[in-house]
Amino acid sequence: MIFSGIALEALSGVVSLASSEIDQFMIGAVKNDIVKLFDSVEKYDDGTFYFDEKLVNMREQQGPLATTSSVVRGLTAFSSVITESLNLTGDKILGIAKFFLGIGIPGDTKNFFDQVDSLACLENNRVSIPLILSLPSTVISLTKKDSLKVKVNTVLGSHAPPLTVTLVRAFSSSARDNSIIENQELKFDPQDAVYFLDDLPASFDVGEYIFVFKMLVQDSEQQTVYATGTLTQVPIYVTGLIKIENAKIAVLDSDLGSVETQKKLDLAGESTVSVSANHLQKLRLSFQMSTPLGNAFKPHQAFLRLRHETKVEHTFVVGSSGKKFEITLDFLGLVEKFFYLSGRYDIQLTVGDAVMENSLLRDIGYVELDLPEPPENASRPPPQPVDPYTRYGPKAEITHIFRAPEKRPPQELSLAFLVLTILPLFGFIIGLLRLGVNLKNFPTSAVPATFAVIFHLGIAAVLLLYVLFWLKLDLFTTLKTLCFLGVFLMVVGHRTLSHLASASAKLKSA
Amino acid sequence: MYQRERERERERDYREEMARSTGKDAQALFHSLRSAYAATPTTLKIIDLYMGFAVFTALIQVVYMAIVGSFPFNSFLSGVLSCVGTAILAVCLRIQVNKDNKEFKDLPPERAFADFVLCNLVLHLVIMNFLG
Repeated sequence: MIFSGIALEALSGVVSLASSEIDQFMIGAVKNDIVKLFDSVEKYDDGTFYFDEKLVNMREQQGPLATTSSVVRGLTAFSSVITESLNLTGDKILGIAKFFLGIGIPGDTKNFFDQVDSLACLENNRVSIPLILSLPSTVISLTKKDSLKVKVNTVLGSHAPPLTVTLVRAFSSSARDNSIIENQELKFDPQDAVYFLDDLPASFDVGEYIFVFKMLVQDSEQQTVYATGTLTQVPIYVTGLIKIENAKIAVLDSDLGSVETQKKLDLAGESTVSVSANHLQKLRLSFQMSTPLGNAFKPHQAFLRLRHETKVEHTFVVGSSGKKFEITLDFLGLVEKFFYLSGRYDIQLTVGDAVMENSLLRDIGYVELDLPEPPENASRPPPQPVDPYTRYGPKAEITHIFRAPEKRPPQELSLAFLVLTILPLFGFIIGLLRLGVNLKNFPTSAVPATFAVIFHLGIAAVLLLYVLFWLKLDLFTTLKTLCFLGVFLMVVGHRTLSHLASASAKLKSA
Repeated sequence: MYQRERERERERDYREEMARSTGKDAQALFHSLRSAYAATPTTLKIIDLYMGFAVFTALIQVVYMAIVGSFPFNSFLSGVLSCVGTAILAVCLRIQVNKDNKEFKDLPPERAFADFVLCNLVLHLVIMNFLG
């Protein structure tokens, strides 16, 4: 399809170069082909037409934008070089124009060029020039007494020929069968080049509407030159001030429904009220809303929010019947939902809608709520989000708890037992004396005597080293010293004991 | 009735005699043991005395622990084990020194004594380390 567009462009170039010698039959054949080509145009639901490639196995898949723009270029080029007109309905041209206008700004430069180039071709083509109807503002404010304004231009914004623009029908989007305005012609303002409708009828209330327009070229000869389409539907919002009145807040006793306290609320002003209630009572908020024309109005949002001091929030929807809006909070049933939190709750009322010019979101006061104590298995309120910067603040102080020292016995007891432990030593010495131990075998001659003495001193030195080790030395120095002492002791001991052994052997043999 | 009294008296006398005889037997046994012990050589008696001294010290330490609780358990262990260890080494020395023991006939008693001293020194090093 993209190639057919390029072919048409090329063909138009050829025809323009050699216009007199072209066989008209051939041109007729091409015209038929163009008509057949346009039979395969595709359409979106909102009335835009486009071309897209059917074959999927092409190497370079161009999108519908490139395809449609190629066809448009070829078509407009061809139609500008032939003398007769093509047999195409203006609807399709208008649909293609709406396609190009409806895609916004393409991100790709090639797509953007295709879009603008195609719109330029359509602006002044010889098939039919599409005319676009647009509204500068789709919101009409009743308080400002706006008037309905409509503009009609070509695709690139140039002026359109004189037209008759008619508002065929206007109906509320909720009641489609009931049309409020029928066949109202719009007046033309030559200064701004807009068609306007002054003075909407008094029965126009706030809300969403759909306006249906029709335009017709005034000059009947030029009707085929331009493509105006049939009907254009536009959604319109009519906004206004909604009256909120008779607002009051009351605390009721649950059983009898009798009013304990009732206070009037001024929702338009800045004042706040304060009430108090316990869990056996109910809180009722009520007000009335009506449109500028006095009809009942149901806003899109009507919420009542109670927020506790700990930032725990509860939201309720305000119900309505006709003009009256009322919500009753029965605290007896809500005690569990409120997590048994007593204290001060801020009351916030939200009433809003797209067509309401005075939507409100206001803190209307607070209620001191007295709820019973939570039972054992009550659910805790959800943790509230913590300010993320608190983690950079100072942290809680850590106090180290040392292990409690073990219970030690009283010192006197320990000292007593120390003495008691030394006693057996004395017992041993006394026993030795009783046995009549003697030192007869102690060598008396000089050299062995010294060795024997040194042996005993060596053992004493090792024992002293052990005591020092216990008191303050560490194992490494002890072992080092012990090595030296041990070697020395072994040499001396060997001498002494061998001397003794030889002495006793001599005794035995003797 | 008189006959039954006499029977009872005879039973009592019989039991007293048995007790006396067992008592006399125990005494006789004890005496014989004492006299036999007196015959052991003095060296062995010294070693026995040393052993008694070590075990007695260990007992005193256990009594102390029973009173105050075993808080520095390593200290208690090292104390008790030093006494018990040295007693065991004394037993070994006694076995080796005893002339009636056929196994260690060729071992000179001085050598046994040197072993005893060396082992004691090593034991006490370990004990001092463990004492803490």
